[in-house]
Amino acid sequence: MKHSTFFWFVFPSVLLMIAFIALPIVSVVTQSLYSKHEQVIIVVENCGPFGCTQSTTVDQAATEALRAEEPLGKWAGLDIYKDRNHLAVNEVASAWVNSDGLPDFGRTLMNLPFYSAMAFTLTYTAVVTPLTIILGFFIAIAVNSVARRLRGPTIFFSLLPMIVTPLVGSLILFWMVDARGILGTGLQWLTNDPSLSVKASTPLMWAMLMVYGVWHSAPFAFIVYYAGLQTVNTDTLEAAMIDGASRWERIRYVVIPHLVPLTTFIALIQLMDNFRVFEPIVSFAAAAHATSLSYAIFNDLGGETRLLSSAAATSVLTIIFVAILLSPVLVRTWRDFGTQK
Amino acid sequence: MSVATRRPLSIRFLATSFLMLWLIMAAFPFLWTLWGSFKVEGDFFSKADWANSIFGTLTQVETGGSFTDDGYYGAWVQEEFWRAAFNTAIVCICVVTISLTCGTLAGYALSRSTYRYAFWLLLFALIFRAMPPITLVSGYLLPFFEWNLWGHLSTTIIVLVAINQPFTLWMLHSFFKNIPKDLDESAMVDGCTRFQAFRHVIIPVMWPGVITTGLFSFLLAYNDFAVTSMLLAKENHTMVPKIASFLGTTQTKGNVMFAVAAVVSVTAPLFVMILFFQRQIVSGLTAGAVKG
Repeated sequence: MKHSTFFWFVFPSVLLMIAFIALPIVSVVTQSLYSKHEQVIIVVENCGPFGCTQSTTVDQAATEALRAEEPLGKWAGLDIYKDRNHLAVNEVASAWVNSDGLPDFGRTLMNLPFYSAMAFTLTYTAVVTPLTIILGFFIAIAVNSVARRLRGPTIFFSLLPMIVTPLVGSLILFWMVDARGILGTGLQWLTNDPSLSVKASTPLMWAMLMVYGVWHSAPFAFIVYYAGLQTVNTDTLEAAMIDGASRWERIRYVVIPHLVPLTTFIALIQLMDNFRVFEPIVSFAAAAHATSLSYAIFNDLGGETRLLSSAAATSVLTIIFVAILLSPVLVRTWRDFGTQK
Repeated sequence: MSVATRRPLSIRFLATSFLMLWLIMAAFPFLWTLWGSFKVEGDFFSKADWANSIFGTLTQVETGGSFTDDGYYGAWVQEEFWRAAFNTAIVCICVVTISLTCGTLAGYALSRSTYRYAFWLLLFALIFRAMPPITLVSGYLLPFFEWNLWGHLSTTIIVLVAINQPFTLWMLHSFFKNIPKDLDESAMVDGCTRFQAFRHVIIPVMWPGVITTGLFSFLLAYNDFAVTSMLLAKENHTMVPKIASFLGTTQTKGNVMFAVAAVVSVTAPLFVMILFFQRQIVSGLTAGAVKG
């Protein structure tokens, strides 16, 4: 294809991506280096019969004017990154010196908003991704071995948790595990503890968010594996059988190697999606127990005072993490492309 | 299936029961919420006896029947959920149309170009696909406030189209790769320009792939919360942020049932969609993986 034709074909799409994905990244980086102007304070001297007193007031008009003139705010350099809500350099340093032992240091870190969001996001990604893959694999194997009649309905119902809006799906689960909902009551009955409430307990909340994560994305792994299972080479399977491979050995040495490339694909998509975990935290009203990086940004942006710089700094840190997470894949894709040529 | 590959009874039993368990996990929450949405709050959240939510004991006491549509009335009429539904329809239709138009053009070009920059474009699309949308939203807000673009449906539509592009590109790229090159090249030998070849030869055969991609664009626009809740003014909210705002305001008023009814209303179209397009959704999910 000629260069100019190619250019005109991809132009609208590339323009959109540059304007609304690449430039916002630049905008985020810029915003994170500026902080909002402080209020303009004027000192007024009131002189009365008993001498003069000085009082300070906020000059609203001047503040407005200053903020309107320079909407970005004033240059702050890396200060926002270092403050308590982000990397908390000072707090971490003092905690490192003062804490006795690593567990204590860890507890101090968990009290800092950025580190606790980081901890939850990473734990969530690290737990949900493998569990999703394992559950999806077993569902696919099971579907493959039941009667053909059952397959259609199974696929239909399995798609539901994945297709349904994440906010809505997690709300539905949340209402069920509410202390008055059917699962919540069931949990109380199982543990014989009538005061048990998922909403009130941090470990339970983490567990519930992860259960939701697996429930939501297992269907994806299942569908991909199921499609992969249809293309397993039957000749190889039969050859293995003639050589005396047992059922498990056939799965282990024929089916699983066939599915490995699919696993990489699922893992890649799941890593990207789990790292942005966000909606379930809103639905579960879990902010007191678990926040993710995305939720931290959302929280800064919402509300009356939009903390744009703070949100921007968290965004930049998130983008850096996404880049680190993605780098092995990118290197590999690049290398594969090199060998294709 | 031949005798040799037939599974023993024990394995089939194990597989079937595991599958049943999964099906209950997957479907039960939806059926439960659908059933409960026609009850009063006292039955939906039943502290006294969980069987109340099935038989609707309190619903009978409060409204006289076993089923009530109070939740739906409250959400759709009183809280004007229909407005949100209307906005969602506009957003979804526009996002799907625009992103498919841009996506098919670019996807076709990417699948036919053999130069290295096509690969780089795809790689960048992959990186963009990994960006959490909320990080981009924090980049939009300040410029949008400055240029008075904030709050309108049209801004949100363009943003959603852009966020959707990387995925659309990858998907359509892999679909177009499966359409033989000979088809459009023979048209060009006969004297068509590249665009005419695309218009008269490729467009008639591309619909299966485009429909599948369209379904996923629709899902992205329909399910989005981060962008719509941040970039839309309150009166322009689509359904998903509207539900989130129900949670903030109505939980205190004791109108959780509005939110339950709204949740069921949001799920229903998706249910119908899976019913009709199951095959396309499955082929879309596996397009990237199996074909490579």
